[in-house]
Amino acid sequence: MKSIKNFFNNIFKSSDSGAMVSKNRKTAYFFLLPNFIGFFIFTLIPVAIAFFLCFVRWDFSNPMRFVGLKNFTYMFTDQTFLIALKNTFFFTLVSVPSTMIISLGLAILLNKIIKGVKFLRTMYFIPYITSMVAVAIVWNMLYSPSMGPINNFLRNMGVNNPPGWTASTDWSMIAIIIMSVWKQIGYYMVIYLAGLQGIPSHLYEAATIDGANSWQKFRYVTLPMLTPTTFFVSIMLLIGSFKVFTQVMVMTSGGPGRSSNVLVYYIYNQAFVYNRFGYASAIAFVLFFIVLAITIFQFKKEEKWVNYT
Amino acid sequence: MSTTKKITVYILLLLGAAVMVFPFVWMLSASIKTNIQVFEYPIQWIPDNPQWQNYIEIWKQIDFLTYYKNTIFLTLVVTGLSLFTSSLAAYAFSKIEFPERNLLFLLYIGTIAVPFQVIMIPQFMIIRNIGLSDSLWALVLIQAFTPFGVFLLRQFFMSIPNELSEAARIDGLNDFGIFTQIVLPLAKPALATLAIFQFVFVWNDYLGPLIYLSSDSNKTIQLGIMKFMTQYSSDYALIMAASVVAVVPVIIMFLFLQKYFVEGIAMSGIKS
Repeated sequence: MKSIKNFFNNIFKSSDSGAMVSKNRKTAYFFLLPNFIGFFIFTLIPVAIAFFLCFVRWDFSNPMRFVGLKNFTYMFTDQTFLIALKNTFFFTLVSVPSTMIISLGLAILLNKIIKGVKFLRTMYFIPYITSMVAVAIVWNMLYSPSMGPINNFLRNMGVNNPPGWTASTDWSMIAIIIMSVWKQIGYYMVIYLAGLQGIPSHLYEAATIDGANSWQKFRYVTLPMLTPTTFFVSIMLLIGSFKVFTQVMVMTSGGPGRSSNVLVYYIYNQAFVYNRFGYASAIAFVLFFIVLAITIFQFKKEEKWVNYT
Repeated sequence: MSTTKKITVYILLLLGAAVMVFPFVWMLSASIKTNIQVFEYPIQWIPDNPQWQNYIEIWKQIDFLTYYKNTIFLTLVVTGLSLFTSSLAAYAFSKIEFPERNLLFLLYIGTIAVPFQVIMIPQFMIIRNIGLSDSLWALVLIQAFTPFGVFLLRQFFMSIPNELSEAARIDGLNDFGIFTQIVLPLAKPALATLAIFQFVFVWNDYLGPLIYLSSDSNKTIQLGIMKFMTQYSSDYALIMAASVVAVVPVIIMFLFLQKYFVEGIAMSGIKS
């Protein structure tokens, strides 16, 4: 983190001067140009326009109309938006902790063995690299309430009324969450595994000499030493979970009813189905600010619980 | 660790692995069944009369070949262009001293945090205005200049000691020579990581093609299997065969290059 602070301090400083600077500048721009043109037109300008679009009403065909903050005030009366917001928070609150706990657990188990690590790691990782569309289609069939293998299995185990999964308003979000957790745990397991391997073994030896049992070693050595990894993982997961889209689109289209509508799905629909580009942009900015606020909050709390050694 | 403990760990890990691969094995098995057999329970993993012709059928039912060609085109062009432009820019940000360096780099980092959903609408407007909507080039333009690639490579280039490039400069190499002969060869692992990330991202991307590609001749595999699913919604076996065909290339590539992939991820987790 120190390097980041230095970096900010150095932004406006430069040591060289004169002819050297102008020569370096020329070379630098030559190297930067191919990327910068694209970055400028397709990332930087859109960021500026996106901000401006939040305050207009516009559908492409009719002229743009400035509406001030109306897009934002309208949101609070828009039931679908509120449901999508609630569902997105629900998705985050359930999927982020479950992913963290399961992937940490798997990483700890995997760190205990020597033979077969690579093979098992590959098995766990495959869902992460495969296409969301394809696996969402497969899971939809697995979830099929009347014929799917999951409910057939549950009935065999004696569950008389298995859940309706994606076809039920009560279970659709849960179904999407289970599938999403399944898809990403392999990735976070690999990150945790790297974190675990970075813990010096003499710490465990010292704990053993002090008479610590395995729970105490986990609680007082592993967890504190892993906090930088946990910090990184939690930020990545939070940012990712607010952007959940494809699995919703493929598995439920936000339904049944509005039971699994989420923010990005709503933004997509408002913009590219109903052509409400201003309103969709405003919601996208709300999404951005939620993610930004949570990230900043985490960075502020960082010093309290993250140990850098 | 005692033997019983060891066995328990292995059993837990294997059970977990079984849950992870279950959907894939089920998909493979369903793809060579008849529609009636797909949902039979208990599951017959290998059907008595495998329907291999399902894999021929899907290419006839829908223009899979075009979707495949489009996806391969996009994946190669976007991955190639982003490696090319990102490595050049990363060199400027790591090895050349110029006054606006940090300020410009801050612009790059700042936009990484902005979600795609925020800029997708203005991007769509710009692409439409230059007349490229419903064209594969639209996706090339919005995906090939990713600030993430510049960031990733810049972090790696920074770890290459400046003494190396300075020594080469004394030997008479200019910046372009240092870039191609010193920095790029040393940065192979980072370039491989970026290439795999981009390959997997472009191949699997759904939202981008969904926004831009409307005519059938421009569609990618991800749109193709969705279309297939809506058109033949009760042809379960064929849908599974199509899904297998869509995921196999990425899985094969991953199995060959997983060393780079896993190391790249581990690196990004530690360096943060």
